[in-house]
Amino acid sequence: MRSENTIRVIALHVGVLAALFLVQFVLPDYHHLALTRVMLLAIYAMGYNMLFGYTGLLSLGHAMFFAAGLYGAGMTAYYTDLGVPLAFVIGIICGAALSLVIGVIALRTTGVAFMIVTMMFGQVAYLTITYFTDYTRGEEGLTMPTSARSFDLLGLHVDLTNAVQRYNLALGLLALTLLVIFVVVRGPIGRVLIAIRENETRTLMLGFDTFRMKLGALVLSGTISAMAGAAYGLMFAYVGATFATIQYSIEALLFTLLGGAGTILGPLLGSILMFYIIDITSEYTQAYLLVTGVALVVLVLFFPKGILGTIRERWLSWLP
Amino acid sequence: MAFGPFLLLATLEGLLQAAVLTLTALGLSLVFGVMRVVNVAHGEFYMLGAVVAWWVASMFSLHPAVGFFAALVISPLIVGAIAFASERLILKRLNYDPESTIVATIGMLYIIQQTVLLTYGPDARPVSAPFYYRIQLPWFGYSGYNLFVIAAAIVLLLAVWFVLSRTRLGLIMRATQFDREMAQAFGIPIERVYAFVFAAGAMLAAIAAVLIVPIRQAHYLMGLDPLLLSFIVVILGGLGSLRGTVIAALLIGLSDGIISVFFSPTLAKIISTLLVTLVLVFKPEGLFGAKAR
Amino acid sequence: MTDKTSAPKSSVTRRTTLLGMGAATGAGILSSVSPGFVRYSHAQTSAPIKLGFECHRTGIGASYGRWYERVARAAVKIINEEGGINGRPVKLIVEDDGTDPKRGAEVVEKFATQHKVDAVFGTLFSHVVVAAAPRAGELKMPYLVVSEGTHVSSGSLNRYCFQPGITDVRSQVTSVAPWITQNLGKKVTMIFPDYAFGYDHRDNLPPAIKAQGGEVVEMIAVPPTETSFTRYLPRIPADTDVLYHIMVGPAVLTFVTELGQFYGSQRPQIFGFIDSVEAVDLSTPQLSFLDGTYFWEGMPRYAQKDQSEWDKFYRTAVGVNENGASIADPKDIATYAHMYGVWETLFTIKQAMQTAGYNGPQDKAKFIEALEAIETFEEGRDHPQGNKIFNGKNHQVYGHHNISKVEGGRMDVVHRTSIEDGMYEVTADYTKMSL
Repeated sequence: MRSENTIRVIALHVGVLAALFLVQFVLPDYHHLALTRVMLLAIYAMGYNMLFGYTGLLSLGHAMFFAAGLYGAGMTAYYTDLGVPLAFVIGIICGAALSLVIGVIALRTTGVAFMIVTMMFGQVAYLTITYFTDYTRGEEGLTMPTSARSFDLLGLHVDLTNAVQRYNLALGLLALTLLVIFVVVRGPIGRVLIAIRENETRTLMLGFDTFRMKLGALVLSGTISAMAGAAYGLMFAYVGATFATIQYSIEALLFTLLGGAGTILGPLLGSILMFYIIDITSEYTQAYLLVTGVALVVLVLFFPKGILGTIRERWLSWLP
Repeated sequence: MAFGPFLLLATLEGLLQAAVLTLTALGLSLVFGVMRVVNVAHGEFYMLGAVVAWWVASMFSLHPAVGFFAALVISPLIVGAIAFASERLILKRLNYDPESTIVATIGMLYIIQQTVLLTYGPDARPVSAPFYYRIQLPWFGYSGYNLFVIAAAIVLLLAVWFVLSRTRLGLIMRATQFDREMAQAFGIPIERVYAFVFAAGAMLAAIAAVLIVPIRQAHYLMGLDPLLLSFIVVILGGLGSLRGTVIAALLIGLSDGIISVFFSPTLAKIISTLLVTLVLVFKPEGLFGAKAR
Repeated sequence: MTDKTSAPKSSVTRRTTLLGMGAATGAGILSSVSPGFVRYSHAQTSAPIKLGFECHRTGIGASYGRWYERVARAAVKIINEEGGINGRPVKLIVEDDGTDPKRGAEVVEKFATQHKVDAVFGTLFSHVVVAAAPRAGELKMPYLVVSEGTHVSSGSLNRYCFQPGITDVRSQVTSVAPWITQNLGKKVTMIFPDYAFGYDHRDNLPPAIKAQGGEVVEMIAVPPTETSFTRYLPRIPADTDVLYHIMVGPAVLTFVTELGQFYGSQRPQIFGFIDSVEAVDLSTPQLSFLDGTYFWEGMPRYAQKDQSEWDKFYRTAVGVNENGASIADPKDIATYAHMYGVWETLFTIKQAMQTAGYNGPQDKAKFIEALEAIETFEEGRDHPQGNKIFNGKNHQVYGHHNISKVEGGRMDVVHRTSIEDGMYEVTADYTKMSL
């Protein structure tokens, strides 16, 4: 029974990735470009889900991790000639370091206090970027120089201005994220995290060091989000302070809630749907953020488990 | 300018800031204290208060004071009604679960803000002050209306304090805050109390907004700043503690003006936000609140 | 208050465009090799030229976006009445970017790959421009902004980015500095927003004032989120001759009000950029303090005594009365000092496309080169703000600026700078970049 499920689950994820690989041959240009962005945002949301969906910690400041990656990578590429791959790695390291520091402090709180603390830290991160406007150009941001639009790695020449290469890079990162989350969540660590989500006191009494487990989850979550930010800045040649605003923290929450918190593929589905909902509604109304608001209220009122969560509950109990 | 007059100006500004902030934060604190709901849409009720004030004031073409005082009555009522409705339609159905209500109020934030954008538009619009009186001091001038706002806020605070501590209504609210189940067992209609408290919280924000709108204009994005500041005040003062809220608002209002003399204002914001966050982490009952039960 | 007449119409046309696009892409094969080329080759003369207008309909730029859109529609209407461009009608496609950099970049992608427009124009806020520009360059999409920022002129963008309709901040600051020191005073204190747009002023004003023998005695940076300013005002030195202010966003009215309360009648000379009060009615009681102060204006909001026939024509065409307000609603004040940039940009597009014999996306390189070859614009219906010099190397236009005095609730021009006043040494050269 268990192994049968495992095969099904693996088949599903490989299938999703294969489908994403194949659609690039039939997608019209615009949707091809859009999906590249959406995959990176999905990675961001999957990182978010690691913390919110699996560990039960609702952060309202995740944009700071995305921004750490964005600026770590973007400023390196802009001010140094270390090259794109190294800039990318530095972005990720920034995110990991920031999430470790934030985690050590913020995880002393739980529930509502954790939300507010992360929101405040997110605000501090945003203000810090604007405080150093002389270097970051604040709201206006920086455009990546031509030298940072291509690189050679392992004998391969990668051109970031090429839409096809960008798409497949994003897909590669998505696959990597999926794999990491899959292994963590399906393994023993994942079960402890879910136990923390359901009842932290009991898990603590069972002898688990819940603080370290939560810290690990937060660092993994922040690092994945930072990777998404680093990739986003480098691939689309722009870093700016707006990515650190609370609105982007809320987007990660929204994508996750819509797709289904605590499901591996939920954030991906949520990102795709939300992107198109906004893209289409902005054709008809100037207040497309209204849709975001209505979506949040409707979700929390009627579908608190999101799309995949509801499907799992009703029909496919094996869905991870 | 010499340091003395400078300090005087900073103090006046600080008091004005504190006056408005106290009323706004009090609403947030009341809702959190009684209902244990963190209302992220609180800033939007503030914004709504200002926008409705503009709308009311622009309907009266008589003396500005007529429009202003009409707005002072009508605006909180309308905002309160909207808050009441959203409490019934949304928060009640979520059974006041702390995390779900945060998500729902984030949704409400966007709904209110964007609806205002669609109907009221993107411009900042002014409301005339009920009177114009400029006090000329030897070093600088100051608006008499600003002093009126401070006085009005003090009167309103006394009224709130009276209601909470000297009336049956206040007793019911305090009982609910103290122990929900017990209050219910004593026959207090918890749900009605909640709806009333949520509306009252929004009304306090709306009143603060009507008072400030002749100084700052009504704009659909004006809600975020008071929201963050209110959070800071409520956390410092201790979640749910009214006395703490007032002290914290004074502290934040006064220090804000003075700190930014010595630091860049952005740096001052960074430092104060960080400090407040650390207070919440290491002293969650706040600096002035009673220890949580 | 919002533009009720044009919004529904535009959404209908865009819906039909979408359906058309859907059908086209559904029927055709993947056209990533030569987007648009196949579709135009069999409809060379009748297919419309599509211009994408990236509009700040929402977000903090919305007051500007609303008026930019009206101007764009008015200009396109005239171009079409006169037979379009190269015999082809112009079709305006509007997308909202929410004054958000991320969405701005997405919108440029959408224009390039879904609407398959021939050029994108009209972006104002510099953070949106900076985010969208690299994408425009990489998609080889001509991107004509109306932003005032120095990002185009300084050479930090790419060959596809132009600013032919409005001057940049550096030029504005350079040209008004001599007048300020000669007429208002030599000791200047500046108040500016503590973000990139303000920095353009911060970096360019002090040297310009110094060159005239004056001095910037204090620079006060105010965070963009600030809603109250009184506490910054004591930092203005008492011996200040001129207060130079450049504030944007919804809080500007507060700024002026508080300045008024602070100073009363004993104030230094005050010089500001009209950006502070664009879309704001000057006869608002809170603004009475501005009486007797000066503003930089791109194009004078109030019809002047010596109003040119071109201003008269343009004013009527975009639906603005002689007081700079909407003809339909006198309470709706235009962003008149800036929005001519949209009009002039559209007629520049027309001019360059005609020179290039533009017939579709395959002629984009010729279109870019035709834009770069432009040297001057004559004052006229197409350029009602005045004659201009265009620099093909840094893709920036240079023109006259107006300094206006506020008096009795209106503004009148007291000085008009020469084009040369706003010229500076240009180091950027986009023409060296490949197309």
